Amino acid sequence: MKGGRFWAWVVFALGAAYFFIPLIATVEFSMRMRRGAYSLDAYKVVLGDARFQATFGYSVLAAIFTIILGVLIVVPAAYWIRLRLPQLRPVVEFITLLPLVIPAIVIVFGYIRMYGSNSPLPFLATDTGTNALLVIGYATLALPYMYRAVDTGLRTIDVRTLTEAAQILGAGWSTIITRVILPNVLIAVLSGAFLTFAIVIGEFTMASLLNRPAFGPYLQNIGANRAYEPAALAIIAFAITWGCMSLIQILSRFAPKSANRPN
Amino acid sequence: MADPFLSIQHVRKSFGATTVVEDFNLDVERGEFVSFLGPSGCGKTTVLRMVAGFEEPSAGKIVVGGKDITRLKPNQRNVGMVFQAYALFPNLTVAQNIGFGLKVAGMPRADIDARVAEMLGIIKLPQMADRYPYQLSGGQQQRIALARAIAPKPKLLLLDEPLSALDAKVRVSLREEIRSIQKKLGITTIFVTHDQEEALSISDRIAVMYGGKAEQVGTPFEIYNRPATKFVANFVGTLNVLEGTVTDAASGKVQVNTQEVLLKGKLNGSKSGDTLSLALRPEAISLGRQPGRDSSLTGEISEVHFLGSVIRVRVGIGGNMVSLDTFNNSATPPPAVGEKAEISFSSGDMLVLH
Repeated sequence: MKGGRFWAWVVFALGAAYFFIPLIATVEFSMRMRRGAYSLDAYKVVLGDARFQATFGYSVLAAIFTIILGVLIVVPAAYWIRLRLPQLRPVVEFITLLPLVIPAIVIVFGYIRMYGSNSPLPFLATDTGTNALLVIGYATLALPYMYRAVDTGLRTIDVRTLTEAAQILGAGWSTIITRVILPNVLIAVLSGAFLTFAIVIGEFTMASLLNRPAFGPYLQNIGANRAYEPAALAIIAFAITWGCMSLIQILSRFAPKSANRPN
Repeated sequence: MADPFLSIQHVRKSFGATTVVEDFNLDVERGEFVSFLGPSGCGKTTVLRMVAGFEEPSAGKIVVGGKDITRLKPNQRNVGMVFQAYALFPNLTVAQNIGFGLKVAGMPRADIDARVAEMLGIIKLPQMADRYPYQLSGGQQQRIALARAIAPKPKLLLLDEPLSALDAKVRVSLREEIRSIQKKLGITTIFVTHDQEEALSISDRIAVMYGGKAEQVGTPFEIYNRPATKFVANFVGTLNVLEGTVTDAASGKVQVNTQEVLLKGKLNGSKSGDTLSLALRPEAISLGRQPGRDSSLTGEISEVHFLGSVIRVRVGIGGNMVSLDTFNNSATPPPAVGEKAEISFSSGDMLVLH
């Protein structure tokens, strides 16, 4: 028993080293901009760069629109599948996994062919159209995470009985979704939203090929031309992602509790 | 008879090729408490769900208060329902749960608060208004569910096995409370259960269902004492069934094993040589010959179970097994297995099942 515990700690230490050593090395490197002393100069340069602020702001806005679009599509779809079409669940799960299998570059080339300025739906003819197409593409990329998060949330409540209980009390569909279903899966929706946020912030392929001023292409550009700033940017991006994950954990403590799931 | 308050007329429900309810008919008076009793899969919940509007009948119609509601959506029917799984909204407090239907109906806040307080008083949980469902026991949750269902003053209250998930003691107290509240409010109620004791103890009438049909509709007394079919007789209460052969239809003589029983006036339509199923309730049988019991059979005691105040005895008569209860008498030891025993009964208590 004691031997088993020792080896468990060894495996844990190896895993932690594999994860933390590159991270610590990146942090250390990002602070060596000033010759002979550790400093936050690289961070100051990055955060003071107007392009950083513009591209980061653009990506945050794109993430917000992506989350809204994802919630509008996924919540009603996952709810309806659980309520009325449970036989379709495997099919929908397969479809939502496709963005993990099909590379983003394939999707974006498809978009360019389908929605070019000469097509019947010329999204790419205007900046607004291209931005909208980017958000649609991001929503597709985030679909596996958003759908799974929402579906897991729906699994923890008795969707059918709660729906029927609300219906028999006179509620229509909009009341049922906004006052019964959504509040009970809100934490799951937020989990999906933060995962979406983390994906969109660092996404490169779609933004680059659609020529959008997003944070991903900016990261790549800095990485190709500077020494210390890319390390600082990597740490900033990492902190944003971890911040999102922490928010999921904190918010999950406020999830509505049921008799079956009291803690 | 005046027009019934709820009328279920020739209702049928099929799911694909499977028919789960067949030509179901039932009239319920205003303020009546009617139970649907039957085994799993008999269609009782499906009928209830059609009255609620969650299932649409394949044929037939449902009328409430003279209005055909067959095609109305559940939220347009003004019907209250209590579910087996409580179905309280986990994100809302007890008061918000009870007031949900009132809020949906657009009632002013002050009126909602007053009605919620009234409901909490009726279910005797006035101190629970601010609790969440997960902070309540199963019995308390079901009472809140009942309060939530009756708060909007529905025309009809539907109870879908509301006591099944509760432990035995709570089940008994809550069923009495449900009945008392129902009587107090005079609300027409349909109660679905597979528990015969529940149905017998609180219903004005019972519809015993089997295979998607109502086998018999009657008061608990009628259902228990005059079952119309073999299924009802077997399903409701404990029943001893003896196989017999008519030896003389005119004089009512029936042979059970090698012994003869006289059943005057009970063999209508039977002829000599016919095989019959004869049924006797355990409480209609005495061990040994007793005054006032005009018939008897002799057999051998095969099992004796001492249950404290009662001794349950099983007597084998040829291939038939008869179960009966006798009170424990400290002066008389229980009979022994293998002893010869005579059982007596009144031929008037014998049911002939067709």
